[in-house]
Amino acid sequence: MNTSILILLVMAALGITFGLILAFANKKFAIEVNPLIHIVEDVLPKGQCGACGYAGCMAYAEAVVTNPDVPPNMCVPGKAVVAARVAELTGKKAEEVEPRVARIMCSGGLEQAKRSYEYKGVQTCAAANVLFGGPKSCAYGCLGFGDCVATCPFGAMTLGENHLPQIDKEKCTGCGACQKVCPKQVIDLTPLTANVHVSCKSLAKGAEVRKICTVGCLSCTLCMRQCTHDAIKMVNNLPVVDHSKCVECTEAKCVEKCPTKAIHLIRQAAGEPPVVKAPAQAQPM
Amino acid sequence: MTEVAEYFTLFMGAVIVNNFVLTRFLGLCIFFGVSKNLNASIGMGMAVTSVMTLSSMLAWAIYNFVLAPYHLTFLTTVVFVVLIASFVQLLEIIIKKFVPTLYNLWGIYLVLIATNCIVLAVPLIISESAYSFSKSVVFAIGSGAGFALAIILMASLREKLQYADVPKSIDGLGIAFILAGLLALSFFGFSGMIPL
Repeated sequence: MNTSILILLVMAALGITFGLILAFANKKFAIEVNPLIHIVEDVLPKGQCGACGYAGCMAYAEAVVTNPDVPPNMCVPGKAVVAARVAELTGKKAEEVEPRVARIMCSGGLEQAKRSYEYKGVQTCAAANVLFGGPKSCAYGCLGFGDCVATCPFGAMTLGENHLPQIDKEKCTGCGACQKVCPKQVIDLTPLTANVHVSCKSLAKGAEVRKICTVGCLSCTLCMRQCTHDAIKMVNNLPVVDHSKCVECTEAKCVEKCPTKAIHLIRQAAGEPPVVKAPAQAQPM
Repeated sequence: MTEVAEYFTLFMGAVIVNNFVLTRFLGLCIFFGVSKNLNASIGMGMAVTSVMTLSSMLAWAIYNFVLAPYHLTFLTTVVFVVLIASFVQLLEIIIKKFVPTLYNLWGIYLVLIATNCIVLAVPLIISESAYSFSKSVVFAIGSGAGFALAIILMASLREKLQYADVPKSIDGLGIAFILAGLLALSFFGFSGMIPL
């Protein structure tokens, strides 16, 4: 009985001592923080998505208040409204930032792309990717299990019938959360006003692509050669569009001439994935 | 001269022969979590060494002046857990106030250390072995140095891994465990020189 009382006394004494020491230290050594930081943080949408490049909303609020070089429009999900509010609070000038949206660089759905095996494991892209890079024969394409849809904090993505994600341009804020979670890195952030989009990410040669996908890029360089504004370049067997040079020309020869329609006008694909039938006879390379 | 040899044996035992990560398998969560980056590993190693040494000194005092005289040594684990967590919190408050530069370097690591088993293991081993105060300090510094050595070696190897052709199925933690096993195997060559 004496030991029990002694245990209680010792534990209570130690606990109270430590608690009092910490309380005193917290009071004595408190750091004065600029209250404007908390006001700015309240203005931010608090998605904690990290699209501004800082660790969280609090870190960005602290940086934008204390550092005069940090612009007030780095909050991508907040768009112009939050940027204007933050600029007003910090006395900075909000400049226009071109809005970006996520786009899928793959159009090989269930019907277009071949599969190496039938996958019956955990139905997530990350799990499927561990098994030989996923069931798709194409090593670069979308796996279609919807990890990006699940992770989108703004509900801008849905999984289509062909197991490709569809992106709502109105809801998408360009925070890049889906881009981080995709094991194939098949999601790209492009300007909202972009005219042309390449729906393929395969770095393989054209002959290999033709065997496993009917809508993949064949690296035939027709789009690059057809472009009259020199906006398309081939990098690693894949066309890369320079959106600053790409204009909405009336002909859109790059799209017209593409044998597999891997490159297409964004306006046509608004809200829906492209449903493309392969031409009966692909043009010779 | 015999005393110096005794301290040296204690130190080398903690650093290399009975390394806490590679021989006793303690502190694995931050060992694998932080060792992806070499700079972070150096910071974590120094933070762990400092916290381990200071908390071991404090734990030694509590054990020898509070627990042992009242025959309450069976409370050692619970008391040490509370002590280390409180001390790390206090340390964070003080560093944040007086040394902001150091807080920027170490601040994110202190929360990881408060609940780490390697920081708890050292005071428990010291109390079990009935070391004197000076021996406790040497042992704690050696343990921290051993942890820092292990995590810096691992970080260097994992950075080299980025240029290796690793199969996708074991990329990430899988190859890290294999690498850690090989590293532990090389430290196994020291075993038996100084008993546990």
